[in-house]
Amino acid sequence: MITSFAPAPGAAPRSRMLAAQTSMEFRLLLRNGEQVGLTMVIPLLLLFFFNLPLLYSLNNPRRIDFVVPSIVALAVMSAAFTGLAIGTGFERKYSVLKRLGATALPRSVLIGGKTLAVLLIEAVQIVFVCALGFVLAWHPHGDPLLALVLVALGTAAFGGLGLLVAGTLRAEVTLAAANLIWLILLFAGGIAIPLTRYPDSAREVLQYLPSAALSDGLHQVLQDGRGVPIRALLTLLAWAAVALPAAARWFRWE
Amino acid sequence: MAPVSTAAVEVCDLVKTYGTRRAVDGLSLRVPPGSVLALLGPNGAGKTTTIEICEGFRRPGAGTVRVLGLDPIADAATLRPRVGVMLQGSVGGYTGARALELLRLFASYAARPHDPVELLDGVGLADVARTPVKRLSGGQQQRLSLALALVGRPELVFLDEPTAGMDPQARRRTWEFIRRLRADGVTVVLSTHFLDEAEQLADTVVVIDAGRVVAAGTPAELTRSGAEGQIRFRAAPGLRLESLVADLPEGSQASEPEPGRYLLRGEVSPQLLATLTAWCAGQGVLADHLSVERRSLEDVFLELTGRELRA
Repeated sequence: MITSFAPAPGAAPRSRMLAAQTSMEFRLLLRNGEQVGLTMVIPLLLLFFFNLPLLYSLNNPRRIDFVVPSIVALAVMSAAFTGLAIGTGFERKYSVLKRLGATALPRSVLIGGKTLAVLLIEAVQIVFVCALGFVLAWHPHGDPLLALVLVALGTAAFGGLGLLVAGTLRAEVTLAAANLIWLILLFAGGIAIPLTRYPDSAREVLQYLPSAALSDGLHQVLQDGRGVPIRALLTLLAWAAVALPAAARWFRWE
Repeated sequence: MAPVSTAAVEVCDLVKTYGTRRAVDGLSLRVPPGSVLALLGPNGAGKTTTIEICEGFRRPGAGTVRVLGLDPIADAATLRPRVGVMLQGSVGGYTGARALELLRLFASYAARPHDPVELLDGVGLADVARTPVKRLSGGQQQRLSLALALVGRPELVFLDEPTAGMDPQARRRTWEFIRRLRADGVTVVLSTHFLDEAEQLADTVVVIDAGRVVAAGTPAELTRSGAEGQIRFRAAPGLRLESLVADLPEGSQASEPEPGRYLLRGEVSPQLLATLTAWCAGQGVLADHLSVERRSLEDVFLELTGRELRA
């Protein structure tokens, strides 16, 4: 029984808030069926199906070496863009962000908690995707650290875009838009179908999509074992440099 | 320069306009530390707008607002740990989280929080500690919302319609909480359209309508001013009331709003009652269902605004 309501206000240390916020956001992601489907089940299913010879031939004797980097790119896009946008959009709709704004939790810690939760989800995704890849005889090449840098930059770019959509559109519109953009980028953004399959003129434009840059960079490193994919890194950096400030500028909390 | 202020909340000439509509129209109020102030008014009177400006969610159009001597927007980072907030109509927390989980999260924001388990028990939600917020009933969500406002041991709480959607038992329990907050020195600003709530809890009632203060004072002051009360009784229809009025003190009125139902307005005193019963005896009628009614805040509101509170 509470014996006294005598005031004793004060904010907790930021580290404690960040740990609690990250843990809450991560648990909620794992508890949400659609989010788990989007970020875990669909990438693993697509990894399995895209690797089947009957679906489409990639003229590549080592199909799995193409498929795994594609699915890693898809997983990052699913978690950092579509998942984050839909989750945040509904938090806006149901006054979650407004309510949190009236607590001692600073916005920077809220954003930090969301970012860390997305990175944790991506870590789980990548472990599963790589594990299934190894089962299907995947042989990665290149520097794994370079791949992690690409994933981090991709998360920043997609996360910024996801928050921009969630912070400016209604939750229902965000839901539709985030799923539609996910589907379009999956097929036309250089993830499921290599951009080399497109006419030159289309490729010239499509290669600057964040999905194409992330996918292309991961293929260069993991499939071809090449060095630093400079254009991919710069493209992702540019998207992050535009999307994150734009989200900060136009995000509406209510 | 900020005015030197000892009030917990001080609002001066506040104006807030949405489009052409003035939601708040020159409102002023002052809440002494450790007291309970109730904003009483119908829906759309400007209660929530006023509270949300004090909470820093909205910018004042004109006028000044000081909360604990600070500016709600410019000094938000300093104020937020010291102020507890209960939003109107929604918990405003992660709806997928469980009740205790959400309370624990909010406790983690505070330096010296209440024990979440004890507090949840205190608001009567121990049985649903593991139920997701979205599956709680409206009244349960309100109680969780109250717990979320209190968990950080604030010195000032804003409760926007704290008992809306609660059953009578939960309302009583919430009232008990608010009395305990006051007893322990917490300042409370609440909004309500329940008159009994304002009458029971508040040191100061501020009656607002169309964004303006129409009356302010203690519940006793508000109900004492003007006409003192009324007497109702039933008897055979069609009594000739002129002779009754002639016997009554100056300024009293008698009417028959419905056949057989009579209403007597005036300064209610033992003498008045005696005059009435003597007159009934003289007429050879038996007054039935006789009741003396004190003026309520509801009557005050009706008089001040010409409208029902819960229209």
